[in-house]
Amino acid sequence: MTATGPGVAEPALTETAERRAVVGAAGGTPEHDWVIVTRGLTRQYDMGGEIVRALRGVDLAIRRNEYVAIMGPSGSGKSTLMNLIGCLDTPNGGEYWLNGTLVSRMSDDALARVRNKEIGFVFQTFNLLPRASALQNVELPLVYAGIPADERRRRAAEALTQVQLGERMHHRPNELSGGQRQRVAIARALVNRPSILLADEPTGNLDSQTSAEIMRVFESLADQGQTVVMVTHEPDIAAHARRVVVLRDGVIASDETRAQYAERVGLAAAAH
Amino acid sequence: MKTRDAIALALVQLRVQKLKSFFTLLGVMIGVMFLIAVVSIVEGMGRYVEEDFAGRLVGVNTFTLRRFNNVGPGGNRGFDAREARRRPVIRMTDVDAVRDALPAGLVPSITSETFKYASAPGARPRQVQAVATDANYFTIKKYNLEQGRAFTDQEVRSGTPVIVIGVEVAAHFFPGLNPLGRALRLGGIPFTVIGVVEKQGSVFSFSLDRLAIAPYTSPMGRLIRPAKDIGSLVVQAPNATALAEGIEAARGALRARRGLRAGEPDNFGLVTQDAAFGFIKELKGRLILFGTALPAISLVVGAMVIMNIMLVAVAERTREIGVRKALGARRGDILSQFLVEAATLSTLGAAIGIALGIGLAKLISAFTPLPAAVAPWSVAAAIVTGAGVGIAAGIYPASRAARLDPIAALRQE
Repeated sequence: MTATGPGVAEPALTETAERRAVVGAAGGTPEHDWVIVTRGLTRQYDMGGEIVRALRGVDLAIRRNEYVAIMGPSGSGKSTLMNLIGCLDTPNGGEYWLNGTLVSRMSDDALARVRNKEIGFVFQTFNLLPRASALQNVELPLVYAGIPADERRRRAAEALTQVQLGERMHHRPNELSGGQRQRVAIARALVNRPSILLADEPTGNLDSQTSAEIMRVFESLADQGQTVVMVTHEPDIAAHARRVVVLRDGVIASDETRAQYAERVGLAAAAH
Repeated sequence: MKTRDAIALALVQLRVQKLKSFFTLLGVMIGVMFLIAVVSIVEGMGRYVEEDFAGRLVGVNTFTLRRFNNVGPGGNRGFDAREARRRPVIRMTDVDAVRDALPAGLVPSITSETFKYASAPGARPRQVQAVATDANYFTIKKYNLEQGRAFTDQEVRSGTPVIVIGVEVAAHFFPGLNPLGRALRLGGIPFTVIGVVEKQGSVFSFSLDRLAIAPYTSPMGRLIRPAKDIGSLVVQAPNATALAEGIEAARGALRARRGLRAGEPDNFGLVTQDAAFGFIKELKGRLILFGTALPAISLVVGAMVIMNIMLVAVAERTREIGVRKALGARRGDILSQFLVEAATLSTLGAAIGIALGIGLAKLISAFTPLPAAVAPWSVAAAIVTGAGVGIAAGIYPASRAARLDPIAALRQE
């Protein structure tokens, strides 16, 4: 069931019924088309004896090629959800199916493998290794995938060329601008051809002009069929996505198309 | 991640922090350096003793028949002074019995020696190594003559007072002169110089060129040993098997001649090179033990420094570890990354230590009489020790890094 709070418009996405069906079929393997399916996902933390329930049952289904923003104020559980979707953490309850595989019960090393193959992370603070060149940074996921050095270099160079950094691949992060660093991070996220590109506040450390530039990169990736999930707290950034999921108090408060979201929060940016 | 990638990564870290890395591997470096130096010196001494000393002073594959079998600190165990005093001296008749019993191919030589003052006109008297022997002595010792000739069996039989001298003796008593035909006096008796042995060099700065060799039948025999005492019989065998046979033949012959009953101990000594150098081997073992115990302490300190630095590295690079985990590094990848880094660091320290240790050993052997020989096993052991120290020191920090929670690690500033 898609949780919808009172007073929030019923999501009017065309496939809502289908989405409900997928989420509702507890224990069943979702069909190939569904990249991410969570059913009743819960996560709680023991903070010195006090139990904090960060997620209280999240049902979310994301199709291949979707471009989804996950919104919510701080404390809404969006970071927890992102960590779970990114396989950096495991839930206390519920199911998480990634690409038809139940990953919510996997061991640490199996999750590492899944992260390597299926997830491309883009972080707010870029998280590039400062002492490695752009090329070496992009090579990292391939190193852990056990790909031979020659092919690694070729694929990393290719990925950097795709984000228009072919000329600067031997530069270190501190020799690159913020926007360039984030593009290196995007190249690194995509080099292993992951199922989902998972971005956590990708523009949080960038000025508005550079943010727009990064958003255009995401836009074009989505156009090419890349599934993108972006966590942000900025409504105008979220409005670049084609679907906006809002979390509040550990549950999904709304799940809308960009147009619906923009209309509801009164954003002019979504007019296009 | 492949080991090659891990090593490449470790070398990058090393290059980035050159000074810190240098200080980190200082302990291992110093430890290995002294380890190599000590082992090289001890090994050099040992090899010197076994090859040069044994070959030149005693002779390879030789045994000596003598009154006593005490030689050096190793051979004195169970020495019974009263029993020793009752032992008869080695007489000519004993020697004849033994010589007759020896298998063919073995070369016996009646030999006794001591230090004596020699004199010649125009030179200060000087101590020489006086040897009373027969013609076989030159064969056993492999002495080649630089000038003149060795004495003959005929001269030995007749007891002619002829003498063969070492180059140092020749240079001292007859500087710039041809020593052949000149007289060298020992105990006031003149001996005619008939030959000069070519340069032999020295062992532990003890010169082997101060020789004065005369027939045992000449007055030299009486200068060295009391009458009727032959001193000792040195026997050289062509190989170790023949040596063992020769020893048994000599023992049997002498026991029979002296009428010893079965069960009665030998009242003579049969000393082999092995027995003579047993004590040196023991000494060598002890020197290596003590010589390596001290550097080992340095290695332990080195290991602790590496562990400390690796713990700091893990703390400093927590975020990097988080990123690597997010990108798909498994626990084993992180573990091996830090282990390889620690091992690379300390192996490099060991490599530098080996180079410095060899240098130190060469330096010592150049400026002191101590010889040095770098033992290949010590280099291999140093490399293995270096890598081992690194791995041992790296295990704890590396496993801490591997266990880090990726989310917490990524959050770290």
